[in-house]
Amino acid sequence: MPDRKFLVTFSPHDRHPDTTNKVMMAVIIAMLPIIANSIWYYGYYAVKGYLLTALFCVGFEYLFDKISGRPIAIKDNSALLTGLLLAMNMPAAAPWWTMLVGSFVAIIVSKQVYGGLGQNPFNPALVARVFLLIAWPVEMTAWVKPSPIIHGFLFDTVSSATPLGLLKSDLIAHGHVVTANLATYTDQLIGNVSGCMGGDGAIFVLIGGLFMMNRKVISWHIPVSFLGTLFVFTGIIWLINPQRTIDPFLHIISGGAMLAAFFMATDYVTSPVIKRAQIVFGIGCGLIAGIIRVYGSYPEGTGFAVLIMNAFVPLLDKYLRPLSFGEVKK
Amino acid sequence: MPFFGFKGGIHPDYNKSLTSGKATETLPVKAGDKFYLPLSQHIGAPAKPVVAKNQQVKTGELVAEAGGFISAAIHSPVNGKIVSISHVIHPMAGRMEGIVIEADETNDDYEPVSDEGSFQQIIQRAGITGMGGATFPTHVKLSPPKEVDTLLINGAECEPYLTCDHRIMLEEPLKVIKGAVLIKEKLNIKKLIIGIEKNKPDAIQLFRRYEREYGFELVPLYVKYPQGGEKQLIKACVNRVVPEGKLPVEVGVIVHNVGTCAAVYEAFYDRKPLFERTVTVTGAVVTPKNLRVRVGTPILSLIDACGGFLGVPKKIIMGGPMMGMAVTSVETPVMKGTSGILVYREEDMPDLTKYPCIRCGRCVDACPMLLVPSIMDRFVKKEMYEELEQHHVLNCIECGCCSYVCPSRRTLVGGFKTSKRHIMQMIKERGAKNA
Repeated sequence: MPDRKFLVTFSPHDRHPDTTNKVMMAVIIAMLPIIANSIWYYGYYAVKGYLLTALFCVGFEYLFDKISGRPIAIKDNSALLTGLLLAMNMPAAAPWWTMLVGSFVAIIVSKQVYGGLGQNPFNPALVARVFLLIAWPVEMTAWVKPSPIIHGFLFDTVSSATPLGLLKSDLIAHGHVVTANLATYTDQLIGNVSGCMGGDGAIFVLIGGLFMMNRKVISWHIPVSFLGTLFVFTGIIWLINPQRTIDPFLHIISGGAMLAAFFMATDYVTSPVIKRAQIVFGIGCGLIAGIIRVYGSYPEGTGFAVLIMNAFVPLLDKYLRPLSFGEVKK
Repeated sequence: MPFFGFKGGIHPDYNKSLTSGKATETLPVKAGDKFYLPLSQHIGAPAKPVVAKNQQVKTGELVAEAGGFISAAIHSPVNGKIVSISHVIHPMAGRMEGIVIEADETNDDYEPVSDEGSFQQIIQRAGITGMGGATFPTHVKLSPPKEVDTLLINGAECEPYLTCDHRIMLEEPLKVIKGAVLIKEKLNIKKLIIGIEKNKPDAIQLFRRYEREYGFELVPLYVKYPQGGEKQLIKACVNRVVPEGKLPVEVGVIVHNVGTCAAVYEAFYDRKPLFERTVTVTGAVVTPKNLRVRVGTPILSLIDACGGFLGVPKKIIMGGPMMGMAVTSVETPVMKGTSGILVYREEDMPDLTKYPCIRCGRCVDACPMLLVPSIMDRFVKKEMYEELEQHHVLNCIECGCCSYVCPSRRTLVGGFKTSKRHIMQMIKERGAKNA
């Protein structure tokens, strides 16, 4: 029999069925409850926001690959994921051109110039959000009062401050928390408060997060240490002086805390690979977020917290590397 | 007996049912068949031929003597004539020096090895090597430089698809047990433990019956790859950690595979040199089987004995899917360490589309040696061998868990294998400079 050509590769010859594009798709599936919830409350504006950012991000990814002569990588679903995350980090009624600029910053400035997927030190969607927030603070804080879809898909926007924003301005104006202005737990949990499209509706973020844990896309380490630290830190402040800030439970379900803990901080590329480093990373995120919320001039600090901790990832991975099996400590 | 387990590891699809229920069949020798014996079938120095071209040899006759202490003798698998002493196909080295023998008659008898000298010398003379795949010469392991208090027999067979150890345990349990007891007694070892993975309940049940009579302890092992890795098995069964770069003897343990125990039994009691072994032929062949074959048989004969290929073969693996070697040719001979032949068709192949590393950390969680493959892979790409050494790449057991779980299909373990070679060279040069 003539010798056939056989494929020769390194072992192993069998692989786990999960591939990168499937993992990214699992995260996108986990975001569906959040997307559905934001469409419920923001109707047309949410649909427009998600479609535009997705389109812009995938488009920029395609263009960059095309121009730089690289293989087109949009099939790995990472650009689509970044786009959807960016929309979740923006006010529902943000103008279309902020989405265009944000997508450019996310895909080109904070990902592709570093070498593309897997090379960026900072979470692209968060870099874009913070860039937009600093460059166009008015547009990026033009919060809209949610209006359930049963009252109309396209509705006239009514501007409204976010609960955390209101808290901050009350503190500045009166020097203490104004209880009457606080959002109820229920409204926070289901997302019936103004804010970023994806941030509110803690329950829906939690469903997505638990789905990812169940599918072993993420582990508990970052979300639990992040939210746990935020809870404990704000809890201590609140116990000492309840006039100083809201209660810790309200803290972890308001603003972007849940979204950041489950979807932004757990971004593979910009979080540690070592489990105990992930815990330190999560604690750092929770602490910085709490400090900014309580002492900073911004009402919300989770985005900054994650970005700051992103910078420490290489160090955390380096110094918290566990001893390998049988390794003798020098 | 508590079970301690080990960190990391994976749960691949085992696919053992293709052959686990099938009794071992003997592949008959036909006159005119050719047998190819590479001189390096084991870890250590290659064997040295002691025969000349055209010489007649008998089954079991010595054809190549050990090339040193860490080396193993090779015996003729058949009655026949030495056709050539030149190059034969070798799955790892491509081609290497070897002996080709043409069988001239079928014969089930063999030339017994002499019983002079110590136990270790008899085992050495019989050319026994580890039968699990690593093929470390057995007599070396039987000459521990330190006191050993535990003999651990490895019946984990954690590689997917393979069932040859399983069949040996079911069909020749007493050879395995008596071989193990023999080693235990000859080396004055206090404790004998036999570990079998729980996915072989019939073997566990069978060994249970002999547990008291032969004075060993049976440990059913949690099913996880690489449970049968030497260091993992020791950690799981006796909770001892073998220090990096050291052998199990360091913690007072020696580990032998069940097939090796049976071979030791045959060498000592039957004076039988190692010239045949059980091989699982599985995957895309018409009838997957466990075959008893002579060492040196080209794998095509094994595939033919299983009814030939099923569909169009794309990849042929010698060993299991996790650590086995892909071979280039069906002429590649079965060697002492060949536990399986696994055939993949195009449609059996996993999706191997490569992506950049997304730092998901699955490889870090899967590594049973607690290394950080995703970070080390960056050093491999940049050929930063010093950094790799500092990340203890030499501790890598090449089990392949990292590559298996990688969603981006990075060549992780492959990169570490080649890097280890570079680093060993580097260390050698460093030593030469300092000397």
